[in-house]
Amino acid sequence: MLLLTCPFCGPRDESEFAHGGYARKQRPDNPQMMSDDAWVDYLTVPDNPMGPVREKWWHVRGCGTYFTVERDTRTHDITDEGESHAS
Amino acid sequence: MQHYSFLSLARNALTNHQNWQAAWRSPPLKDRYDVIIIGAGGHGLATAYYLAKNHGVTNVAVLEKGWLGGGNVARNTVTIRSNYMRDESIPFYVKTVSLYDGLTKDLNYNLMYSKRSMIDVVQTYPKLREIRRRMLHMDLYGATYEPIDVAELRRRIPSLTGGGPGSRLPVIAGMVHTDAAVCRHDAVAWGYARAADDHGVEMHQNTEVRELLRDANGAICGVETNRGTVRADKVAVVVSGHTTTLTETVGLRLPLKTFNLTAFVSEPVKPLIDVVVNCPDIGVYLSQSDKGELVIGGAPDPGQSFRRDIKQNVFEDAVCAMLELFPAFRRLKLMRQWGGSLDMAHDASPIVSTTDIPGLFVSAGWWGGFKAIPAGGFTLAHLIANDEPHPLIAPFGLDRFNHLDFILESGTTIAR
Repeated sequence: MLLLTCPFCGPRDESEFAHGGYARKQRPDNPQMMSDDAWVDYLTVPDNPMGPVREKWWHVRGCGTYFTVERDTRTHDITDEGESHAS
Repeated sequence: MQHYSFLSLARNALTNHQNWQAAWRSPPLKDRYDVIIIGAGGHGLATAYYLAKNHGVTNVAVLEKGWLGGGNVARNTVTIRSNYMRDESIPFYVKTVSLYDGLTKDLNYNLMYSKRSMIDVVQTYPKLREIRRRMLHMDLYGATYEPIDVAELRRRIPSLTGGGPGSRLPVIAGMVHTDAAVCRHDAVAWGYARAADDHGVEMHQNTEVRELLRDANGAICGVETNRGTVRADKVAVVVSGHTTTLTETVGLRLPLKTFNLTAFVSEPVKPLIDVVVNCPDIGVYLSQSDKGELVIGGAPDPGQSFRRDIKQNVFEDAVCAMLELFPAFRRLKLMRQWGGSLDMAHDASPIVSTTDIPGLFVSAGWWGGFKAIPAGGFTLAHLIANDEPHPLIAPFGLDRFNHLDFILESGTTIAR
């Protein structure tokens, strides 16, 4: 079980959070201007490292903040507590 | 190959079982083969077997970093079924069920194959609508899905005493998939290995592939292992969760993410449940093994993971869900748990495909891949031998992503 640090509430148990999915790179501004290969790569191909991966978490049973962390897929160590996506 | 039969059992009993042949050989590793298959799991061994049997390609090495059948073929819940959603998927899984039906005889190896219905316990109307839609699709392809009412559901699963009218999610209907089955997972790996060995295929355990090798033209030319370089013009990557780890050694990125999926078993009890029970709304499924253990599975861990362990909160979610419907199970002790690394494609359908690198084949994205072993091996062998996909697997090539032509199967099991 993870101990996730919500930017608003501080360290909380994983059971308070919902996984918000893989943190994509910035969406390209002009997909129409890109090559098909680059667009397909952006849409479908995630990084799948044995190591740190960036992902979003949602403090759904808490304050509702969305934030991004970097977690190691081999150890579950949080390697970067990241920043919030406060609206 | 020594034929297994009642007679051979009796004959060997007379000599105190001292004279059985080894099920497969352990030949020295050559430096060249026609085909290298990376991964001696269910899919890899089945591919080797069908390559030799159906296509006469016998100069094949199956390289395995650990021991034969020690990966996900030993880390699953042995459920075989064909209740999928898409026009592309259902015929493939109907084929795999039909291959399993005859596999014990084909391999001369007792798979302890046990045909038993899978019953979906439906607790919400959206799930009921989704599952009825699947029923209509499956009707087209000869797979079975039959609705039953709650009284019939409780008659078939007497231990399902929860989910009454006053509960959080009352049971509203059931759906029966009579094609479903379970079997002994080790026997699938060992049976395919023994039969492939009989055709001349070599299996090399403790042989870890570290890198794929390309020649000057960019085509695949072999693999680098902990036991030296092994060359082949055709290499198939059949390694489940570590597919991208290997393909990225030649710069090939694939639309796959690796997840950890866990399961656990209870202590053995007397016969209690004779079907596979699937509860899609609360996220748990279970069946009873021949030894009497309840084999219980839930959802994968949230987020990518290469750990093969079980997370306490994921485990508790599955147990709490089970106890809502089966309150009597609260007194069962749980004995073992395991996790497996599985890779899931962007559209949650498998990938059996050639790649941009000539000679490199991948078979990946098999979350829930145990059921798919025979047809997965059958179709990958066809692809390797002919460089043309078998019609059953043609829609599952990598080029579907280039056309954004997804075969969306998310939601058709608990596991996603």
